[in-house]
Amino acid sequence: MSTVRASACPACSAAPAAESLARADLPKARVLLSVPEVHCAACISTIERDLARMPGINSSRLNLTLKRLSVDAESDIQPADVIARLDALGYEAHELDAGTLSMTETERQGRELLMRLGVAGFAMMNIMLLSVAVWSGADGPTRDMFHLISAVIAIPTVGFAGQPFFRNAWKALRAGRMDMDAPISFAILLTLGLSVFETLQSGAHAYFDSVVMLIFFLLAGRYLDFRARAVARSAAQELAALEVPRAIRVVDGAEQTVGVEELAMGDLVLVRPGGRLPVDGVVTAGQSELDRALLTGETLPIFAGEGTVVSAGEVNLTGPLTVRVTAAGKDSSLHRMADLVANAESARTKYTTLAERAARAYAPTIPLLSLGAFVVWMYLTGGDVRVAINVAVTTLIITCPCALGLAVPAVVTAASGKLFRKGLLIKDGTALERLAEVDTVVFDKTGTLTMGTPAPTNLDAAPDDARRVALALADASGHPLAASLAKGLRDLGVRPAPVSDLVEVPGYGVEGQWHGVRVRLGRPAWVGADAVDTTAAYLSLGDKTRAFSFTDQLRPGAEEVVQALHRQGKQVWLISGDVPGAVQALAQRLNIDHWQAEALPQDKAAKVAALQTEGAKVLMVGDGLNDTVALSAAHVSISPASALDAARAASDMVLLGREIAPIADALRLSAQASRRIRENFWQSGIYNAIFVPVALIGMATPLFAAAIMSVSSIAVTLNALRLK
Amino acid sequence: MEVLTILIPVSLILGLMGLGAFIWTLRKGMYDDPDGDSQRILTDEYDDKPKPVDKNG
Repeated sequence: MSTVRASACPACSAAPAAESLARADLPKARVLLSVPEVHCAACISTIERDLARMPGINSSRLNLTLKRLSVDAESDIQPADVIARLDALGYEAHELDAGTLSMTETERQGRELLMRLGVAGFAMMNIMLLSVAVWSGADGPTRDMFHLISAVIAIPTVGFAGQPFFRNAWKALRAGRMDMDAPISFAILLTLGLSVFETLQSGAHAYFDSVVMLIFFLLAGRYLDFRARAVARSAAQELAALEVPRAIRVVDGAEQTVGVEELAMGDLVLVRPGGRLPVDGVVTAGQSELDRALLTGETLPIFAGEGTVVSAGEVNLTGPLTVRVTAAGKDSSLHRMADLVANAESARTKYTTLAERAARAYAPTIPLLSLGAFVVWMYLTGGDVRVAINVAVTTLIITCPCALGLAVPAVVTAASGKLFRKGLLIKDGTALERLAEVDTVVFDKTGTLTMGTPAPTNLDAAPDDARRVALALADASGHPLAASLAKGLRDLGVRPAPVSDLVEVPGYGVEGQWHGVRVRLGRPAWVGADAVDTTAAYLSLGDKTRAFSFTDQLRPGAEEVVQALHRQGKQVWLISGDVPGAVQALAQRLNIDHWQAEALPQDKAAKVAALQTEGAKVLMVGDGLNDTVALSAAHVSISPASALDAARAASDMVLLGREIAPIADALRLSAQASRRIRENFWQSGIYNAIFVPVALIGMATPLFAAAIMSVSSIAVTLNALRLK
Repeated sequence: MEVLTILIPVSLILGLMGLGAFIWTLRKGMYDDPDGDSQRILTDEYDDKPKPVDKNG
């Protein structure tokens, strides 16, 4: 906001500098978080009150419209601290990149549009007031004076509020294209010019009210359109990067942090537990387990020791690993994936929206019709230019696509607002229309239909001792199975046993001493237990062993979404990189008929492409790197907020909360929205079919034009609001 | 008709005041969170104004 003040008062530009000097000794941090699940007054006060009690936080403010929390804090407060605090309150939060240029830029654009809209509204009301007097019979000098005052208001208003249209039209014309803004600008300028001429000639009709009203309604459409996009853009683009483009390089035993792009083949890279592998390589030292779920869709972590081949994007879980780089930058598997995505995207033909199709058919007819009217009336009146121009301009105003400009944005805004409240964010403007055409839905398994986090299944069967020891051991490890085991046990009210000498053995498990007995929790061979055929963690108490088995938790709403899609008559596919057993089990549980297991990224994309060549319109829902190619190949795509950056970037919509159920709603709502858009086009088409002839025979007056314009615009907006 | 010489300036000035008020509310960030504002009236905490617009952006 300082920019506005600074520009309003260039002389005080020294003041902000002085202010920032005064603030310099108080280090401040601004944390921006996306909180997708807030929806009511209670959410606002719960969050703001709780954060007010958190030490180090100066103030916080929740924006419910954008579902965004901004926190002013001391510099030692990390976003992760605030996220943890919100998590304890039961709200999921994601970090946003504060202070990015794009955000302030969109805010500025929004304010600018709103300002133009306000000015146009003011001018419209005042000119209308004067016009009503003229329509109700003022004539002679009074009418001329009213017209003159109207002109004084209208001319600067058109100059200020009409700029977006003039700018776009100029850009399009210079590029040799014809878009909707060109006839609009033409109509605005011609009508204004004619009205000024008529005023100076003491003419009976001036169209200042129509010009300003046209601008007002069109700006309202633009603003709605902008709002729908801005909300989506700010949240989707600014979800902070999960990947850190930095790596720790080991040179002669010394560690240095470098950018990933600086790494070369043969370098040694250290990856700490919890870190993501920045490059492809071979493990040269250390033992650990790797979570490959985002790359391959496998639920289970794999063991990594010396000689294991690893690829970029995998997450190191338990022990530090030293990796010799075999491929970095352009050659890494991560980058090859990006190339595949780029290919798939260029293969997807550019989608033509309904609005574009309508504009293409409609834009040339407007000037042609009014030109035709001009020529015919020149002939009929035997060369009376003034009458001919008057008819031509009335035709122009009536054909001008006021309702057409509102037809799409009003519906899209209403629909995307509804979806946003349900937790679905539309990133791409045309996604809603594409979604309406979908007849086949392809789901990824791990992380999409399931949470990607295992949950223990047989805790009740274990004796109390085993549970208490297991909890103590599990607490000492960062392994996902251990974390989930610990959470499950705590939820049952189990308290940890006094286990001493806790040691985590990377790649194997955790070991400790309990009443003089060695206890272990980890891999079966290391613990001395027989492996069972499901995902499990093994516990040994002296010579007794026990297996805690796990299943991947279903994402909330997964069953409902598949049922709802079946009810809507959509075909549902499950395609996963996981082993056939796991995929089949899930497919049966959710009642999905078509499934495919052990699919490589290319296989997924190929399957999507094959379905589409058979004529299906595919919605792909996925979260992993292995899904990105399929996501960008599909007709339309959705990824959850927990997905990897690359996947979110490749998809058209982002699911903000944990629930997957909004997808079914989105399909239903998009079909409805698309129907409303078509209805709106028909509606404004019918208006034109009826009233253009009236204008052409010279029966339309300025009052008539103004009334038609507002009635059809309001009808279109009301129709959009019928969305349920 | 002389009354018009008073009424027209009056209506224009009133309109301009409205426009001025609109621009003021716009600059104060009062349209930044319409959903939140409609909910905030339900809380009993005294909340005199929207968050001051951030100096840095």
